[in-house]
Amino acid sequence: MEKETFRYDNTIVRKFAFATMAFGLIGMLVGLTAALQMVDPWFNFLTPWLTFGRIRPLHTNAVIFAFVGNGIFMGVYYSLQRLLKTRMWSDALSNINFWGWQLIILSAVITLPMGLTSSKEYAELEWPIDIAITLIWVVFGLNMMMTIIKRRERHIYVAIWFYIATFVTVAMLHVVNSFELPVSFFKSYSAYAGVQDALVQWWYGHNAVAFFLTTPYLGLMYYFIPKASGRPVYSYRLSIVHFWALIFIYIWAGPHHLLYSSLPEWAQNIGVVFSIMLLAPSWGGMLNGLLTLRGAWDRVRESAVLKFMVVAVTAYGMSTFEGPLLSLKNVNAISHFTDWTVAHVHIGGLGWNGFMTFGILYYLIPKMWNTKMYSNKLSDFHFWIGTLGILFYALPLYWAGFTQSLMWKEFTEEGFLAYPNFLETVTQIKPMYAARAFGGSLYITGVIVMIYNLIMTMRQGTFQREEEASALPLAKEFKAEKGEGWHRVIERKPIQFLVLSLVAVAIGGAIEIIPTMLIESNIPTIASVKPYTPLELEGRDIYIREGCNNFHSQMIRPFRSETERYGEYSKAGEYVYDHPHLWGSKRTGPDLHRIGAKYSDSWHYNHMLDPGSMSPGTIMPSYPWLFDNELNLEGTPAKIRGMQTLGVPYAEGYDQIAVEDLTYQAEAIALGLEKDGLQVLPNSEIVALISYLQRLGTDIKVKDGQAAMVTN
Amino acid sequence: METIVGIEIYPIISFIIFFTFFIVVLAYLVIQRTEYFDKMSMMPFDEEKPSTNKI
Repeated sequence: MEKETFRYDNTIVRKFAFATMAFGLIGMLVGLTAALQMVDPWFNFLTPWLTFGRIRPLHTNAVIFAFVGNGIFMGVYYSLQRLLKTRMWSDALSNINFWGWQLIILSAVITLPMGLTSSKEYAELEWPIDIAITLIWVVFGLNMMMTIIKRRERHIYVAIWFYIATFVTVAMLHVVNSFELPVSFFKSYSAYAGVQDALVQWWYGHNAVAFFLTTPYLGLMYYFIPKASGRPVYSYRLSIVHFWALIFIYIWAGPHHLLYSSLPEWAQNIGVVFSIMLLAPSWGGMLNGLLTLRGAWDRVRESAVLKFMVVAVTAYGMSTFEGPLLSLKNVNAISHFTDWTVAHVHIGGLGWNGFMTFGILYYLIPKMWNTKMYSNKLSDFHFWIGTLGILFYALPLYWAGFTQSLMWKEFTEEGFLAYPNFLETVTQIKPMYAARAFGGSLYITGVIVMIYNLIMTMRQGTFQREEEASALPLAKEFKAEKGEGWHRVIERKPIQFLVLSLVAVAIGGAIEIIPTMLIESNIPTIASVKPYTPLELEGRDIYIREGCNNFHSQMIRPFRSETERYGEYSKAGEYVYDHPHLWGSKRTGPDLHRIGAKYSDSWHYNHMLDPGSMSPGTIMPSYPWLFDNELNLEGTPAKIRGMQTLGVPYAEGYDQIAVEDLTYQAEAIALGLEKDGLQVLPNSEIVALISYLQRLGTDIKVKDGQAAMVTN
Repeated sequence: METIVGIEIYPIISFIIFFTFFIVVLAYLVIQRTEYFDKMSMMPFDEEKPSTNKI
């Protein structure tokens, strides 16, 4: 048989490299803005589009899907071709993948500041974009699987197993988590409610970390560290065992985001146990990466690429040690809702994902432009300032997390809360927020230096659009070697591999989610819990639009420090009509689950108009537009019908009179405010929001006449 | 699945699947010859070399 000549496509890698750099910078700048907003609310710029609640999801989506996402594609498109000795199966699909992904990012940049959000973390993008994501992801997977099938290298290197597992699991996670019912062009309600929605959300959310931020980058690690160092991976055996262990175990860890919440305890405990077990395969990966460099540390000293990769893998090890620790219930009792979680996320994000991406960029750009790095001094500078940035980011937040948590929990000798005013705990840690913003700006400085350095490198070189290579095609009939192990058989059959991986990752989700859905005793019914009134529903949608769940939680844990501060701890049955749930994962402000009937309507009016007037020194921004905007009541009947479809027991035909009920309730609130000297239009958004806030947590001590019309 | 009574059969089934799978994987890794793994770990460097296909 004759050798075939073909060309690797570098143009698609270049496109993704540019997008990675651009969105890295943009996503981090949005993050810096958010960080500054927590030091001084002035940085919300008094405009709805740039408030913390709206740009925090923009930051997370940008750095995860735009920065790391493009980074994944960059690394996968480069390594896949070379490991399989073939060009990508379809240049057209490669380009649809690229342009489709960037269009999705653009749609996020437009819709998220507009408040068009589902509120579900790392899945905020509304349903039309969810469909687009599915289509583009299928395009990516199809291109990748066909390239694997048409390969000229029979055996599939471990990096590619990680890519396959990534593709299949992200598809599963996205589809299941995105079960939502559209009620208008850019608004939908989660098909799940309350506890189930929270479980699905964090099954998804944790596995977004696992299969979007970890597995593809482990695959890239298995390719780029050997390439950059000239050393083969330390133990191929270890890579096999830790791959399967990782994808089997990771999926079950989701409930560690819901410890001490209303999630049934059996599900919480599964999450804890599997999170601890996860330490082993994660560290298997870390050790494999680091030990690949044993005996070659002198090369690390001289190479910025290797320095970045070593710190990346180390940060991965730190993160995957800290994660299981944070999953222990006693540790989680301290860390949950605090900045400790944020610090943990950023060790992984800045250290593992960021630094690995930089290492790959520093490796790929000179290679593809057939030149040397423009300035080794600048790449070294980037390394050091980036590392300092990570330290200045994380350490102040560890301090802040501990300080705030301990303040929340402290009691006086007489048995009262030592810091009953939540704001006191925020004021205490503002200097840490400033230090964190400083750390972030150091990190961004490094990124800017990198972009400059890479541009100058590209200028001095010549871009190699394609690289010629040659290899024998796969023989049509392949005779298996005698005694070939079954695993080698599967390695040669990518589709079976894909199906096996899907089975492995589906088990965890099924065992956790299905019983929670089907077995009623998991969510004990509370008879006094009734659906939201139409006005309250509209108010809830405003809460979602403004992203309030990004800094307020709605989950009171069964600790005395919480019941003293917030009221009765939260029961599963209270959330049955919450499509989606709004438990939140961070308390930048206090928990709101039982804010209902705690403050007067006038207090809420003044607080939303100017939080500083009610809470001096607050970092909460003002929301003056809620007073000028009127509700769009045309959409209300559709919302009621949507909720009915999802099982919320509004009376038959209630959508026809919903607006009437809404107006009645709104006018009563407006009248009350007027008595306190506050002018407001009954149909204004603030009235709806007030009605929602006043409803929160009152169901278990219901007053007559408050509930909406329901069937029995 | 009407009640939570007896639910433990599902985690037990999962455990059996996991356990069996990993025993098999570990057995395979121990039995398999080292030359195969050495060859696989060299794959990122094989760009210049011919593929592992046999004619």
